[in-house]
This record gives sequence, structure tokens and C-alpha cells, in this order.
Amino acid sequence: MLKITNLHAGIDGAEILKGIDLDIKDGEVHAIMGPNGSGKSTLAQILAGREEYEITDGSVDFDGEDLLDMDPEERAREGLFLAFQYPVEIPGVSNTYFLKAALNATREHRGEPEMDAVDFLKLARAKMKMVQMDEKLLQRPVNHGFSGGEKKRNEIFHMAVLDPKLAVLDETDSGLDIDALRIVANGVNSMRGEGRSFLVITHYQRLLDYITPDIVHVLMDGRIVQTGGPGLAKELEDKGYAMVDAVPAGA
Amino acid sequence: MTAVAESHPLLAEYDAFEASLDQPAELEALRRRGRDRFEEVGFPTKRDEEWRFTNVTPVGRLEARRAGGERHGLDASKLEPFLVDETQDLVFVNGRFDAELSEAGDLPEGVFAGSLAQALREMPETVLAHLGQHARLDDNPFVALNTAHIEDGAFVYVPRGVRVERPLHLLFVGTAGDEATVSYPRNLIVVEQSAELTVLESYAGFSGDRYFTCPVTEIVGGDNSVIDHYRLGEESVDAFHLATLEIALGRDANHFTHSVNWGGAIVRNDIRAYLGGEGIHCTLNGLYLGRGKQLVDHHMWVDHAMPHCHSYELFKGVLEDSSKAVFNGRIKVHEDAQKTDAKQSSQHLLLSKSAIAQSNPQLEIFADDVKCTHGSTTGHLDDEAVFYLRSRGIGEDAARSLLTYAFAAEVLEEFRLETVKKGLEEYLFTRLPKGDVVRQAV
Repeated sequence: MLKITNLHAGIDGAEILKGIDLDIKDGEVHAIMGPNGSGKSTLAQILAGREEYEITDGSVDFDGEDLLDMDPEERAREGLFLAFQYPVEIPGVSNTYFLKAALNATREHRGEPEMDAVDFLKLARAKMKMVQMDEKLLQRPVNHGFSGGEKKRNEIFHMAVLDPKLAVLDETDSGLDIDALRIVANGVNSMRGEGRSFLVITHYQRLLDYITPDIVHVLMDGRIVQTGGPGLAKELEDKGYAMVDAVPAGA
Repeated sequence: MTAVAESHPLLAEYDAFEASLDQPAELEALRRRGRDRFEEVGFPTKRDEEWRFTNVTPVGRLEARRAGGERHGLDASKLEPFLVDETQDLVFVNGRFDAELSEAGDLPEGVFAGSLAQALREMPETVLAHLGQHARLDDNPFVALNTAHIEDGAFVYVPRGVRVERPLHLLFVGTAGDEATVSYPRNLIVVEQSAELTVLESYAGFSGDRYFTCPVTEIVGGDNSVIDHYRLGEESVDAFHLATLEIALGRDANHFTHSVNWGGAIVRNDIRAYLGGEGIHCTLNGLYLGRGKQLVDHHMWVDHAMPHCHSYELFKGVLEDSSKAVFNGRIKVHEDAQKTDAKQSSQHLLLSKSAIAQSNPQLEIFADDVKCTHGSTTGHLDDEAVFYLRSRGIGEDAARSLLTYAFAAEVLEEFRLETVKKGLEEYLFTRLPKGDVVRQAV
């Protein structure tokens, strides 16, 4: 599904990612953990196509296509979704109508017919129920005046409607109370399965109590320094990041 | 009669013009005052504080002649793009009322809506009680120039307690042939005590036509009156428009002026509201869109003369290419105007590196128990927001247009007249790249 090879990237001349290798297969859930400043969010933003970053080396293959060669909107239409760490407030743009336009842009790209307002609303209502979001938030401008938890749930709601092949969740759990965390995790778990993979980026091990990953990676200083099963997350929680001590994976 | 050497080309044929008019003597005296004042001051230069950012030299260079009665090929079909649903249309060609292009609607008893020249013949006392009483010809050379040329324009009169249900549309069309033209529409709108009026005042023209429109509009809102006023500037992009709007309000009046502009090469709107009674609510909002080398300048002046009045101003500008906008927001709170609540916000969105916005709030407060707030922002589209929209599958052009639309539409939200609002939304959808996506997404 997603194969990252020797990815080097930075911003304003400073290298942040120093050779990332990652292979996410169809249906798998990978978690990336790491301390502040390790490059987790940079990786997420680069995958979604943020243009401020400079890719200096390496490649990213997304379902047989060169991901780095695509515009952000093309990546989205090809089935990549990024749940933002800090969802952006957009006053004046309706959460519903904007999402309908986004979905239809993807459908058009796939050669599918445009979804009309009635069908879209049906779909949106069903997905809102899944993330237990108040329907009033459909009428409001995107993320505008939403609480922190509402913003994160709105990201999962967008994901559910857009039905991506690969979802990258950038610290979607940060700042959530346990109820909101369960809702987010349930949303992800209900979408798990063949044809869809997840890359879950988190600062805290707690999320992984609710979303059990197939593989856990530890990112430090722009490199993946350790890879293991779900148990690795627990071990990290107990011992802290000091236990990996920045030893490159496979060294 | 001895010929006097004229100092300004725009007054070159003035004597012949004046001799051709048959209007009340009081008006003749008013015109003289305008002429004398303009003779004295002429065109402002950039050394003039009020005109520091707006160079009107190109207007002087136009060598325009006062438009005669010709329409230059204008007919009803060409007016289509400027019409608004549900309104009664009164059309003025180069400042003169055109009965043939206008619609004789059914007005409530005692209401007059039509030609100022006609009203001067039929009800001179009513007209002269207000004409020239509010616009200050000493403050602005173009008020003087317009006053010197008072001949025709729109006159609307709504007597006490009467509500005009159907909105009026005063449509001023500028036309020109090979030679550039200048016109001086002079408009007066009087809404008496507890009366209500919805009125659109629009200025339109066709690209390629070179002309200069120099209008003055005086609006008088009596005690407890309600006026919903829209001012639309869709002049030819080759035209100049230097206008003054003077609003005088009485106690408990409720006034809205929404000024929207996207036409004209150089546009200047001086808008002053005089709040001369207690308990007035006055909203002055604006939206302007510039591209190419357009310049649009709003000089606002809200004059709080009495206590317990509220004024709101929200002005937004969207500037592309090398266009330029000026916003000067003067609020004066007189010594007696306690409990004044004045809010002003001016926001500019720059869509290119070479677009320029100048925003100058100017607060003069002489009372001590007042609330006055002002804010001014100038910025580009938020890259984060563009990326967020793109990351959901919205194309870049559509994402930028969507954010631009959202910025502009806040001004339209306040419109009470749905047909004008819809019309302007539709205009934005056609103007913005990928507007069809925007139409679907808002």
C-alpha cells in the first residue's frame, strides 16, 4: 500500500527526516511513536503533500504510484487521508457543503457519478452517528468554534465520509479525554479491514490500548530506531524513550 | 456679456450650459457656489491630505465633455446584466432620467421616484428644502464640481409613515462614443418620519467606454425612518468614478448602506453619515474587488453628534494583480455624544504580491463615556487553510477561491435584500476561478 524508501527531507536547509524506511501492507495498522521533535508530524505532512518541505532523497510509492509526484489534492483523490494534528478553522465554509465538494472531486477522479445532496446527507448523517458528533456541527463552518475534541472527531468524520485507502492519523489522540478517545478509536476500528491501511502517529501509548497496531515503530531524530509488535508500545510506556537510546534499527 | 477665461476645462462650456437651464433661482445660486468653489480649488493633488493615496490626475487628463442627450447605442437589452430581480427600475443615462428605459411602477400615494429635474418643476419646495443642504461643497472639490452642474439625477420622496414595499433600483449608466464624457448625477432621497424605503443605487457601464461619473447623493432619513440602501459600482473598467454619499439621520433612524464595487479604473467613494438625533443605528458596510490596475478608495466619516447612537462599519477588500485599495475610516464623537457605540473593521485580502492596501482608522473622540473599537487587517490567504482543503481533495484553485469567497461573503451575509445578495453571490461564482466548485461548497 505504502512503501517509503530512504526518505530524507527538511525545511529551510535543516534536515528533519534522515532516511525513513517504512512498508505498510494492505490492511495493516502501523503506529509511529516518538518524542517531540523526532519528525513525526513532518512525515505526516510530507505524505499529505505539504509543499514547504524539501525532499532531498528517497521515494514514496503509494499503490504503485509515485506519491511525491502528486499534488495534495491528487493524493487525496487517490485515497490518502491525513487527519491533522491541528485541524484548521475555516470561517465561512460550511462543514457539510465543503465535504460534499471534496467527496465529489474524488468521485469524479474515480470516474464515479456525482453524489447528490440527498444521498450525501444520508451518508453524512450515518457517519456522524459513528463518531457521535452533534448534527449541528454539519451546519457550522469547518472547525469554526469547535472544541478540541469536536475538531478531532470532525477529522475522523471526514475520514469516514471520504473512505480513503490509507489514513494517516497525526496525533489525533492528543488532548482528548477518554470518552472522546474511545469514539475516535471506535471510528478507526470499524473501518479497519482489507483494502485500507492506517498509519497512526502518536505521542502517547494510551491510544494503542484502543487501536491495536500490527506493527509499532519508534521514530527518533528523523530515523526509525526500533520496530516491533504491539508489545513495543507498552515497553516504551514503562521504560521511556531512553530505552531505545537512538540506536538505528538493524544496527 | 463678457466672456471670462475659464480656469478648468471641465467648466469650459459652463455658461452655455447654465443658460440652457430653466430652474428655480435658489438652485442657480447653489450652482454658482459650486462653480466658484471648484474654480478656486480645482482638482486635488497628492499633496492634499484627503487625496494623499489617490492620484486623480488621469481623470483630469481624460478631456471629457459633458454628456449630451445621446445614448451611444444603449438600449433595454444592454441593461439586462445590471438588472436585479423584483425591483422597480429607474434608469438614468449619463445622469439624466430616461423615461423610456425606466419602469413606471405603482408607488404608494404621495411617494415620488424619478427625475430630479421633473421634481424641481413639480415640487420645488420639497426638493430645495434638502438639496445641497447636506453635501459639503467646501470639503470636497468634486462635490463643488457636481453642484456646479446640478441639472438632473434621481429624486425619491417617501412621506411620513409610508412604507415603500417594492425596492427601487436607481440605475445610472455611463456611455461614451469616440469622445470621453463626463456626467454629474445629483441624487436626493428623502424618507420622512417613520417611513421605510429599500433602494439600490448602481453605477454601470461597458468596458471600452471612457467616461467620468461624478455623482453626489444626499440621503435624508427622518426620525424613526428605516432605509436599506445598496450602492453597486460596476462601472466600465475604463471609467472614473468619484462619488460622494452624504447621509443625514434623525432620532431613532435605522440606516443601512452596503457599498459593493468591482468596476472603474479609479473609484473614490466619500461616504459620510451624520447622526443628528439620539438612538440612531447606522450600518455602513462595504466590499470591493480589484484587479488589473484598479484603484478603489473609500473615505468614510461617521459623525456622532448625539448620545446613544450605534454605528457599525465592516469593509472588506479583495485585491488581485496590481490593484490598490484605500480605506480611510474617520469616526468623530462630539462632546455631547455620550454612550456612543462605534465599531469599525477594515480587512484586506491580497491575492498577489503587487496588490496594495492602505487602511487608516481615524478616531476623534470628545465625549468620555463611549465605546469605540476599530480593527484593520491586511493579509494573504492562509496557506494552512489552503493545504487543509487540498488535503481533502479540493483542487488548489478551488481551495483558494473557496477561501476568498468565504472572506468576501461575510459582507453579503448582512444584506437584508435577498435578490441583491443572490445576485452578488452569483457574480462571485462567475468571477472566481473554479467558481462552480465554490457554488457547490458553500
